[in-house]
Amino acid sequence: MKVRAQIGMVLNLDKCIGCHTCSVTCKNVWTSREGMEYAWFNNVETKPGIGYPKEWENQDKWRGGWERVGNGSGKLRPKIGGKLRVLANIFANPDLPLIDDYYEPFDYDYQYLHNAPDKKHQPTARPRSLISGQRMEKIEWGPNWEEILGTEFEKRRKDKNFDQVQADMYGEFEKTFMMYVPRLCEHCLNPACVASCPSGAIYKREEDGIVLIDQDKCRGWRMCVSGCPYKKIYYNWKTGKSEKCIFCYPRIESGQPTICSETCVGRIRYLGVLLYDADKIEDAAAKSNKQDLYQAQCDIFLDPNDPQVRAAARKEGIPEAWLESAKHSPVYKMAIDWQVALPLHPEYRTLPMVWYVPPLSPIQNAVEQGQVGMNGEIPDLQSLRIPLRYLANMLTAGDEKPVVRALERMIAMRAYQRAKHVDNTEDLAVLEQVGLSKRRVEEMYRIMALANYEDRFVIPTSHRAYAENAYDMKSGCGFSFGNGCATGDSGTNLFGGKQQVVRQVIPVSQEEQ
Amino acid sequence: MSYLNTLLFAVYPYMAIAVFLVGSLIRYDRDQYTWKTSSSEIFEKEQLRIGSILFHIGVIAILLGHFVGLLTPHEVWHALGVSASFKQKVAMGMGGLFGIVCFVGLTILIKRRLTHPRVRANSSKMDIAILLLLYAQLILGLISIFVSMGHMDGVEMLKMMTWAQSIVTLNAGQAAASISDVHIIFKLHIFLGMTLFLLFPFSRLVHIWSVPVKYVTRNYQVVRAAVNR
Repeated sequence: MKVRAQIGMVLNLDKCIGCHTCSVTCKNVWTSREGMEYAWFNNVETKPGIGYPKEWENQDKWRGGWERVGNGSGKLRPKIGGKLRVLANIFANPDLPLIDDYYEPFDYDYQYLHNAPDKKHQPTARPRSLISGQRMEKIEWGPNWEEILGTEFEKRRKDKNFDQVQADMYGEFEKTFMMYVPRLCEHCLNPACVASCPSGAIYKREEDGIVLIDQDKCRGWRMCVSGCPYKKIYYNWKTGKSEKCIFCYPRIESGQPTICSETCVGRIRYLGVLLYDADKIEDAAAKSNKQDLYQAQCDIFLDPNDPQVRAAARKEGIPEAWLESAKHSPVYKMAIDWQVALPLHPEYRTLPMVWYVPPLSPIQNAVEQGQVGMNGEIPDLQSLRIPLRYLANMLTAGDEKPVVRALERMIAMRAYQRAKHVDNTEDLAVLEQVGLSKRRVEEMYRIMALANYEDRFVIPTSHRAYAENAYDMKSGCGFSFGNGCATGDSGTNLFGGKQQVVRQVIPVSQEEQ
Repeated sequence: MSYLNTLLFAVYPYMAIAVFLVGSLIRYDRDQYTWKTSSSEIFEKEQLRIGSILFHIGVIAILLGHFVGLLTPHEVWHALGVSASFKQKVAMGMGGLFGIVCFVGLTILIKRRLTHPRVRANSSKMDIAILLLLYAQLILGLISIFVSMGHMDGVEMLKMMTWAQSIVTLNAGQAAASISDVHIIFKLHIFLGMTLFLLFPFSRLVHIWSVPVKYVTRNYQVVRAAVNR
């Protein structure tokens, strides 16, 4: 047993209102720079839809994640190919998305509203490409083009989660459904981006499992962009280096939640420590049946209350504060203990560490109107608006049972609390049906429904002050882009590096129209 | 004329090589954030695919050919029983073949860089300069094949080999003397080649140092400690 600790995240989709606050605050802090306009470390997609970049879930097209080699051996290799194929494609990567697969970043000529000459018609601020500087006559795609089922159903029909779903009927207005999926880097246990980086610039941090790109070591071979099945690595076309979600590691290190979690108005995000057995990763990721991957991943995690686990963790040098946090980790509770949070696309075999509580479609009203059948004490999930199969394709490689279990437990929690608070009765039958104890459901209620700040974010600090000589770091340079403490603001750079601080707007000549 | 010959073919090569080595080292040490391939594939893939693959195959073969051909001592070829005239024919054949492959690729790449609006807008002056210099160098090299046809005995080639080997063995005087009377095309080709070495650390060419050979033998997963314990 090799005990490792990681900060994981849970997103409760049942409460996501699709406000994009997470995306916007993330963008403002990390990617509002030239070369990264098109990149969203965190974005919120409306499902069903093809997402961002287009059809990212279709690995027949993008070849992200891992695949098993041969049948019996149980070895994994990146779907983009083994090491020699990766190197053979280094001059031109056939699996790299184009900027148009994300969207062409644009801005508007606002200045024209100020300096337009006197004329008959009101001046308008027209869009201009931030890449070529040229006028864009029509914006064809954007970061959130499918917001609230935007675009016609035929286009969204290509959503990979519709596999084995009678999708066409969901194009009808009466039958339609939607849900939000906020997405960020999964900080996987078996990251395919790390494996596909020829330079070895991407690494997983031992202490907290955060996956980072060493900006100095990255050479821009672009293989990680293809390797990541979630398409959460972005090529910065200005600096020529790849960038990704850094899980706000400077905040995590000091015990603070990530920006996206901190600012989530729906309080849907949870952060907490998970302990896992690193020796089991290889086996768990290589299960031959894709539907076994979810359970195999759950089996990697170790019970933080088990004294043996704690002893083994201490031996590995995991600090006491981390073990204490692991005990109270909302992520462990939701993902492992209650099994209401599920991994996103476990079939990619990367063992993702951002988990999702599936959404209950609007159901209570339908129950009261008698439109939904009952299954014992709780509504029959087969009559939910969102097809179970669709959720299962997204969260459990198509196995509906874990999705049903998660949804039933959430419904049972609601029914129990409703009986308790509205009817003043104790509905124990509903708990029995889904295998929850009274104590457990009260804790679920506290963490999932009330969701207080201190329950959502249980993050130990990394004690860097003790590990390093803090005095040496006094008056240091803080966060910088490579090159140590040099600010790079010397006007000229001998080696052609461009300044990243100032936006160099490419001027467009304004003509009378 | 002899002064100029000494300057260009005995002094300039050392300046170029010194800048090439020291410049690369300083850039790697001081400004590794700028050390990259500068790929523009995200803007345009199709022309790049043909152009880049042809160019790289051609240029790698040509560079290896020059390296082996110029720097292997005469005695080794002699011991292997390879005559100068035979070696010249092989060099002309292989150089011609890969030169054309490289030429086609480079032509596509230059057209792409100059005409594709997104690529053009995001090209630095050095990106364009390096492409055009490589193009000029390649064309000079291809022309030199026709020059070589005038003397198939390999004697001219031996002069260039002597020059290269004299340079790397720090015999500058002999280097300048050995090629004082070769055709102007060869002289231009050598001069431009040295210039490319000179510009190397200041351009995207530095990515050549970073051929990721270690990838083949390393583990798939990389784990690093944030704090060195």
